[in-house]
Amino acid sequence: MNKEYTNIMIPTSLYKRIEEKIKGSKVKSVPDFITKVLRETLSKEQVSTEEFSKEDEEKVKERLKALGYID
Amino acid sequence: MIRPHGGKLIERILRQKEKESILERAEELPSLKLDGELISDVENIACGVFSPLEGFLGQSEYRNVLNHMRLTNDLPWPIPIVFDVREEEAEKLREGQEIILIGEGEKPVAVLYLEEKYEYDKEELAEKVFQTKDASHPGVAKVLRMKEVLLGGKIDLIQESATPFYRYKLKPLETRILFKEKGWRTVVGFQTRNTPHIGHEYVQKTALTFTDGIFVNPVIGRKKKGDFKDEVIIASYEELIRNYYLKERAVIVILQMEMRYAGPREAIFHAIIRKNFGCTHIIIGRDHAGVGNFYPPYAAQDIFEEFPDLEIMPLFFKSFYFCKKCDSVVNEKTCPHPPSDHINFSGTKIREMLIQGKIPPSELMRPEVAKIIIGYDNPFVE
Repeated sequence: MNKEYTNIMIPTSLYKRIEEKIKGSKVKSVPDFITKVLRETLSKEQVSTEEFSKEDEEKVKERLKALGYID
Repeated sequence: MIRPHGGKLIERILRQKEKESILERAEELPSLKLDGELISDVENIACGVFSPLEGFLGQSEYRNVLNHMRLTNDLPWPIPIVFDVREEEAEKLREGQEIILIGEGEKPVAVLYLEEKYEYDKEELAEKVFQTKDASHPGVAKVLRMKEVLLGGKIDLIQESATPFYRYKLKPLETRILFKEKGWRTVVGFQTRNTPHIGHEYVQKTALTFTDGIFVNPVIGRKKKGDFKDEVIIASYEELIRNYYLKERAVIVILQMEMRYAGPREAIFHAIIRKNFGCTHIIIGRDHAGVGNFYPPYAAQDIFEEFPDLEIMPLFFKSFYFCKKCDSVVNEKTCPHPPSDHINFSGTKIREMLIQGKIPPSELMRPEVAKIIIGYDNPFVE
């Protein structure tokens, strides 16, 4: 078995619903659909934060002023 | 603010003391020479443009990127960022060594912490990234010229390279602070390697209608013969923005990087880069990052279906043209008139006029922009 993939168990009824849903769509298979939905869900859970310190910010603002990007 | 790709903006720039320490030892360490494009890659890694990469890809990451367009932690990453060396150079190097990377003028640019060296299949690399092995594709031709062994490992930047475009070179940390300072919550990125015609302006302003600001981000670096020179692109955009944009809604910042012409894969790559700069949206037009007829016209839009976790939102645009009946710029969704009423924004046609020193009609290009281009003796790459 390919080590890049693993098995998960989902109810057969759900599997069949997904099979129905993707008929005629661009999604090729049930695993592709589940992978897409999971990636979308996980990325939405990421929290947005500011990643710079006050000190960084002040230094950068000086440069941006000198270059004419801010007044 | 949108998170950097992978959650953290990478910064691998040596501070003064660390720099002095490595430079003291530099003569005892092995060294390798970098060409201009690899120097750009090193700088883009070090400054966070390629976050979350901290260096050149090792073999398992390389294979994952090639086969799945993702890093081994499942994060989208479509283009292998690799460092190629000759077999005889690789033989002299050992894993675990620090290697000084030398730039132009024999100046130390960065240090590579060599983690692994590995062989690869050039044809496989070309076919997977560019979807062709045809050597007339500039990206394929470059891969076929690459050296035989790849080196993987983290890097630290010793010295940024000088650029005549210093005024326009900002790091992702700086653009993020710029956007915050301007109060932009949503920012649309526009990738370009051309001077702007009316079609470009229309796309940008349509996107700007739905966002707080536009981030015009021309790619500066090696281009194809016949492309506009870097300084011409920057000057023409400056003129366009000065005359036709609100100063508080548009910024121009360069991206020093080679165009790979990888079409759909490169569109994802461009989106990741703009996300790192702090863009929440990116404009993806017809044949984005394409060359010749190697990719279907909208393949670079379709590929986003495979990346629901990119976080930056693509804004897809069809072709725009000028309609004589509507007397405005239109597209297939907004204009009822037949093609005989349409004037296409043909880059070739505009270029021919500019070469002859003629100002194109104002429905194709702003006269102020055309004058700037014509003002150059030779605005094109030879």
